[in-house]
Amino acid sequence: MHLKYESQLREPLVYGTKTYHDVTEDIVRPIEAKPSKLWYIGFYIAVALLLFGVYALYRDVTYGIGQWNLNKTIGWGWDITNFVWWVGIGHAGTLISAILLLFRQGWRTGVNRAAEAMTIFAVMCAGQFPIWHMGRVWMAFFVLPYANTRGPLWVNFNSPLLWDVFAISTYFTVSLLFWYSGLLPDLATVRDRAKTKLRKHLYGVASFGWTGSTKHWQRHESLSLVLAGLSTPLVLSVHTIVSFDFATSVVPGWHTTIFPPYFVAGAIFSGFAMVQTLMVIIRKVFGMQDYITMGHIEAMNKVIVLTGSIVGVAYLTELFMGWYSQNKYEGYTFWYSRANLFSPYGWSYWGMMACNVLSPQIFWFRKMRRNLFVTFFMSVIVNIGMWFERFVIIVTSLYRDYLPSAWSVYYSPTIWEIGFYTGTFGLFFTCFFLFAKYFPVIAIAEIKYVLKTTGESYKDKMGHLEHVAPEVFAHSGHGHTVVENDGSN
Amino acid sequence: MAKKKFVVGCFDDEATLFPAVKKVRTAGYKIHDVYTPFAVHGLDHALGLRETSLHTAGFIYGITGTSTALGCISWILSYDWPLNIGGKPHFALPAWIPITFELTVLFAAVGMVLTFCYLCQLSPFIKKHHFHARATDDLFVMVIETTDKTNVDDLTSFLSNAGAVETDVQIAEAGWWLGRYDKDEVPFQNKIVAA
Repeated sequence: MHLKYESQLREPLVYGTKTYHDVTEDIVRPIEAKPSKLWYIGFYIAVALLLFGVYALYRDVTYGIGQWNLNKTIGWGWDITNFVWWVGIGHAGTLISAILLLFRQGWRTGVNRAAEAMTIFAVMCAGQFPIWHMGRVWMAFFVLPYANTRGPLWVNFNSPLLWDVFAISTYFTVSLLFWYSGLLPDLATVRDRAKTKLRKHLYGVASFGWTGSTKHWQRHESLSLVLAGLSTPLVLSVHTIVSFDFATSVVPGWHTTIFPPYFVAGAIFSGFAMVQTLMVIIRKVFGMQDYITMGHIEAMNKVIVLTGSIVGVAYLTELFMGWYSQNKYEGYTFWYSRANLFSPYGWSYWGMMACNVLSPQIFWFRKMRRNLFVTFFMSVIVNIGMWFERFVIIVTSLYRDYLPSAWSVYYSPTIWEIGFYTGTFGLFFTCFFLFAKYFPVIAIAEIKYVLKTTGESYKDKMGHLEHVAPEVFAHSGHGHTVVENDGSN
Repeated sequence: MAKKKFVVGCFDDEATLFPAVKKVRTAGYKIHDVYTPFAVHGLDHALGLRETSLHTAGFIYGITGTSTALGCISWILSYDWPLNIGGKPHFALPAWIPITFELTVLFAAVGMVLTFCYLCQLSPFIKKHHFHARATDDLFVMVIETTDKTNVDDLTSFLSNAGAVETDVQIAEAGWWLGRYDKDEVPFQNKIVAA
């Protein structure tokens, strides 16, 4: 019997002696209070970036994507780099909420809500790039397979670019549904304690009339479990399909079978880094150190060092194969265009190596994993490195492929291409600031669910049961509470 | 819909809720529902609710997605408009697996969420009677349906003895209606059953 289950190895998921009501108070308070000055400053900066991005896009639509310094050789530059970068970041949320749910990782409850929101916003940003890269963006609906008057001439279902259309849109839809269905009970919590009429009305609409009925909870649990089961292969499939955009081509440096697992590991790597960046800020700004604990931070840093090393192995494997295949185009791409520091883009390759492979190795040390400053700094470094990775893959493969006559001059972006990229930062942070202000950033109901096994006040209550004989306990009617909440799920 | 009379007992701990549910059911009262701030595992069994079939529905939606994708793509690429792409086969099943998989997931997820909302009657602008505002905060709210024969006072003290921290008698609409949460409109005013 484990009446008072207390692991020596696992630290509590929630610190302090908290009641259910305290949890509600702590998480809903930022929604009900006026936002701080810092929030306004951050929000306005984000909106300003967004507006500049909109202007950059206006110029792109008016003058064409030549605005971006793209040319016939380098047809994919910053735009597709940024697309892959954002999609990669958008992998952590669903990974945390789905895969960690299936693996019964209790620590996901503290971070899943914000991570899922981040996922949705990141995928929104990612989607902008292929859409505007089409140039004639008003023709974007041509990617959809609908019966048309041009034959009907259908889309090519054998093309990885079309797979991407399906993968990204499915991923966005499913992540949104998963996120919002999880939000319903928490929005109802906000609604039921709302003091102002407007808040009552708006959260009333948003919470869909959720009551907390036992039957509804039972269905809700079933829904989350099945959605998690569906999202798990989905999250792996999305970046796999993104990697197919490259791997099914015959461009040196892209035509490799290692891409799917390598891209998925990279996506998890950068996604967790972005979650760290946001979590370190959120827990500080909203004072949620008891919910997003150092244990959470450490767990995510462990994922970062693992996936960073997987990515490192992939880089070295590619280099090895560049030599071992004895294919001179592959050899040129890997050993000259990339690994040679003195080639035109050598700096980006070594930037990637330094940020993604070397620097995360400090997370082998527990002290570093539990250091907030190091965590925050590294989370930014990792995402810079992952941006370099996509830039390396795309640009160093394209600028010199087969015929030297088709090689490109040195490519550097224009202010409009950079503006579009910073514009997506604006979109991302505008959405995230609004989310942090108007939505519960931590899953309230899920925290309450794990509170019994992890909160000090409830552990104390269990204390007296230690002295009850198992036979007496099993027949006393207390059985349900304890057995059903043993923290295993 | 009709209004009914309910006796409401609020509990502040699952440890008292579970034995209370057992006692109330053995005493022969009909529990309308228990409203909880989070999913209390095992409560559905304690209340004698059957397992949900939502996952079965999800499976059916998924299969629908698979067949939609395979059916559409194979019809389009090998019958309606076969494209010669480098002499490759028109029926190129391996190349269709990604989209088939995505549509399976999409159909299953969208279908399940819509079914969930339909079954639980969840939608924007829907309003329901909430027996206690703290049911989404920290109280486990047991609602018992009364009949003409129910002795309300007996039941109330029975609940208090079973550990309820708060008890209450409410005449309320059990279904949903279209309404706003900032206004206290009374729906279907005229029909009061079992007063």
